[in-house]
Amino acid sequence: MKRLLMTSAALTAFGGAAMAQTEISMWYHGAGNQVESDILNGIVSDFNESQSDWTVTVESFPQASYNDSVVAAALAGNLPCIMDVDGPVMPNWAWSGYMQPLSIDEGLIEDFLPGTLGMWDGELYSVGLWDAAVALYARESTLEELGLRRPTLEEPWTGEEFMAALDAARDSGNYEYALDLGMNDQGEWYPYAFLPFLWSHGGSLVDRETYASAEGALNGEAGIEFGEWWQMLFEEGYAPGTSEDPADQTRGFIEGDFAFQWNGNWRAVATMEEVDDVIFLPAPDFGAGNFIGGGSWQFGVSASCPNPEGANAFIEFALQDEYLAAFSDGIGLIPATSSAAAMTENYAEGGPLAVFFDLSNDQARLRPVTPGYVVQSEIFTKAMADIANGADVIDTLDAAVDEIESDIEANQGYGHE
Amino acid sequence: MMAVLAPENHGLRLAVRYLVLILVAAIFVLPLLFMVMSSFKPDAQLLNDTSSLRAFLPVGDLTLENYREAFDRAPVRLFVLNSVLVTGVTVLLALIVCSLAAFAFVYMNWRGRDVVLSIILATLIVPFETIAIPLLLIVSKLPWIGLDGIETTWLNTYRVQIIPWIADGLTVFLFVQYFKDLPGELIEAARVEGASWVQIYWRVVMPLAGPVIATAAILKFLLMYNQYLWPLIVVQQEQYRPVMVGLQYFFQLDTAWGEIMAYLTMITVPVLAFYLVLQRAFIASIASQGVKG
Repeated sequence: MKRLLMTSAALTAFGGAAMAQTEISMWYHGAGNQVESDILNGIVSDFNESQSDWTVTVESFPQASYNDSVVAAALAGNLPCIMDVDGPVMPNWAWSGYMQPLSIDEGLIEDFLPGTLGMWDGELYSVGLWDAAVALYARESTLEELGLRRPTLEEPWTGEEFMAALDAARDSGNYEYALDLGMNDQGEWYPYAFLPFLWSHGGSLVDRETYASAEGALNGEAGIEFGEWWQMLFEEGYAPGTSEDPADQTRGFIEGDFAFQWNGNWRAVATMEEVDDVIFLPAPDFGAGNFIGGGSWQFGVSASCPNPEGANAFIEFALQDEYLAAFSDGIGLIPATSSAAAMTENYAEGGPLAVFFDLSNDQARLRPVTPGYVVQSEIFTKAMADIANGADVIDTLDAAVDEIESDIEANQGYGHE
Repeated sequence: MMAVLAPENHGLRLAVRYLVLILVAAIFVLPLLFMVMSSFKPDAQLLNDTSSLRAFLPVGDLTLENYREAFDRAPVRLFVLNSVLVTGVTVLLALIVCSLAAFAFVYMNWRGRDVVLSIILATLIVPFETIAIPLLLIVSKLPWIGLDGIETTWLNTYRVQIIPWIADGLTVFLFVQYFKDLPGELIEAARVEGASWVQIYWRVVMPLAGPVIATAAILKFLLMYNQYLWPLIVVQQEQYRPVMVGLQYFFQLDTAWGEIMAYLTMITVPVLAFYLVLQRAFIASIASQGVKG
């Protein structure tokens, strides 16, 4: 009897060990977004059922406070294995030691949009299932009414054409403002949406070769030219300023108060539902090229993860086209591959949002890939708001450069050679 | 020469006084009215109404859809229950601990009493943000013996949201000031009758402390119910999140303002209910001590 019991116990223990899946914790920024949560939970469920080594458990956080939660958890030594990270924030978390490089099959990401790959220090730290893009919202009827050429990716509006379009809209008297820039949203929107204008003028937030200095990049000739153009948009009444009512920002283009709107693809579906002839135009070229911002939320692995192979296995699993397409159909963002785009309702060839895939592929430029970006983005936001509100352009840009330089110096160059 | 107030002047003054009071009341009431009314309006109408007085009126297409959507988007009941639990327990323990401390400071003679009281009062000028990170590092490694055995951290628990907030300088200060104003003869008489310190605290002092208990309870309730930073950094599991962190669930790329107003309306109910229960004592306390809420 005793032997039978021991054998039974041993079998139970052995069987239990063989059956046990190691838990892999995962944090995600999508709390409050039911569609996004359902898709992610579906992927997790598929992964957990597809193999017997790992079981992923998800804890969702509200996006607005996600970064603060991660930083606090890093201080407390309580990070999960898999975490998602906003593309431009990733270098800071990698540099701070919160993350480790991914060890996934790089063949899986060969066709991914450039903005979906998070590289730091020559290594891949994060990969996204989607990207986001910004475009100039307009109506076909507006272009016809104002006698404007429809710009294309191959032949975008020049800076002069863009200003001529704004002049035509303003002079027509049919619009409250010629252009809406979403100035009331003074968060990451500012650098994401407005750095491309600076780049197109030939400037930059920091030196993109060394990331060691902003001197001459932000406050050089091109930067000042951009700053003066930026201020003129508000001084001459082309666009509403920082005190713009959020209600106007949400409804203004739809109700015809704005001729053009600089907006993200996440608003595209809602706008199409109310504006029959809405079209999405590429960014204008002010002389140094036409750009939009790239880089959205991506998956990475924490440095403290005790089972990185399990975390990487999940990320590899999640990179399948069907999941990329599911996220795109669910939340409207741009799938990371053209093959996934072909499976979607909006981004397949001829689809209503297919233009955004091309914009992301051809125009997207990453925000500065440096740990210092999290500070620099706030400095840039404040400078843009101040200039829009009438501050002296040169003084403001010089002050911003001084702040950026001090921060880089205080952090010993943020690890850039 | 004594000025004589003509009846018409008196009427004018009264009218001006009421006008000012109505304006002041409007400043406080209108935002609440806007919140409640907006919670019943579809987003498009809500945003359109913001530019007119319609924002404060129950007009247009009124619907409960925002409330239904709010429950779909976030576990509202869980967040409210968490906040009520954490707040309720903290307020109760704070009233006991801080009143006991104040009792010792006011009625008992012991060496270093004034120095300790000064140190406690000095904490009033220390912003919580300055100690948040050190406190986080402490509680993240603090052991605890519970029903499940020994735990090695306080993170992701109710206790981490309660225990650090039980004792605070302001509540001790309120009780100290109130106890000082109670007639000393009462305490002396009780001592002469042979009452112990515990009996004096429980049977003599606390029954007279209704107004300060109400004031301290309301101030503590508001502090705890509005907690955001602390639970944000010590709680990483949805099951322990309070209402203010839950509010962030509603700020998405395409923010649904009607749902936010519905959520805010729902989470305001416990605050109003608590205040209404204690308002008479709270007002009496303010009138007697000039405490600002």
